[in-house]
Amino acid sequence: MSQETTHIVSYKTQIFVLLALLVLTAISVAITRIEMGPFNTAAALLIASIKASIVLAWFMHLKFESRFFTVMVAAVFILFLLVILVTFFDYSYR
Amino acid sequence: MIEHRDDLASKMGMWLFIFTELLLFGMLFVVYAVYRSMHPEAFKLASEELDVVLGTFNTVILLISSMTVAMSITSIQKGNKKLAMTLLIITLVIAVVFLVNKYFEWGSKFEYGFNPGGEELLQLGHGTILFFGLYFVMTGIHAIHILIGVGLFIYVLLQLRKDKIHQTDYIWLENTGLYWHLVDLIWIFLFPLLYLIH
Repeated sequence: MSQETTHIVSYKTQIFVLLALLVLTAISVAITRIEMGPFNTAAALLIASIKASIVLAWFMHLKFESRFFTVMVAAVFILFLLVILVTFFDYSYR
Repeated sequence: MIEHRDDLASKMGMWLFIFTELLLFGMLFVVYAVYRSMHPEAFKLASEELDVVLGTFNTVILLISSMTVAMSITSIQKGNKKLAMTLLIITLVIAVVFLVNKYFEWGSKFEYGFNPGGEELLQLGHGTILFFGLYFVMTGIHAIHILIGVGLFIYVLLQLRKDKIHQTDYIWLENTGLYWHLVDLIWIFLFPLLYLIH
């Protein structure tokens, strides 16, 4: 089968991606020292989600693949969120 | 001989495998979320027993290793076999360092009797036992994945050396990279949820 044209991610881009991830990690560690009540967990999860999106888009090449891959990944995450939602409905109304 | 290969299908197969892995860890996160909502204080106190410095260090090196494996794909795409191999060896070394850190981290927990079924742990409350149970299961399964990654890197390195993986056929390297990013992705969520509970 013939190869489709592949997008080559430059070294420079990858270094920038790493720097972004490291900065987000530093922020994530730093904000645990600030008292924000339940928002601490929300902020930690938000930063983790941003980091995960960056890894998925650049390191895992989703940004450069056919949209089909992105749709599949999104579907899995929606499925996961639904499971969490249903589980918590169950536990909250027992 | 005509070569039969379909790189796109291989990659899609790898993604399907990644989905099963996401759901495996996803369900562990659901268990974690339920127990933490039932024992918020115990989880917070138990989390403070974990070594944040070591956890942060492992997070940083794992992110670096994700970059080196991504760069090794760039190298092979540009036909630079030597650089691709060097970058993969760096990734491999980081994976081993991660495991060594984990060994010391678990070791200190065992020393203080916080291992599953440990004397010290069993005297503490239900929430603490659950936290450490989840800590060992989640970081344990994650560590097994790192170990499998080490095996994959060695295989890919050997294939690269024999020129079985080269500029126009590098799907093994690409899928190994995808696997390694998955391991990193899971750690991105494990780290704040286990080490950084406020």
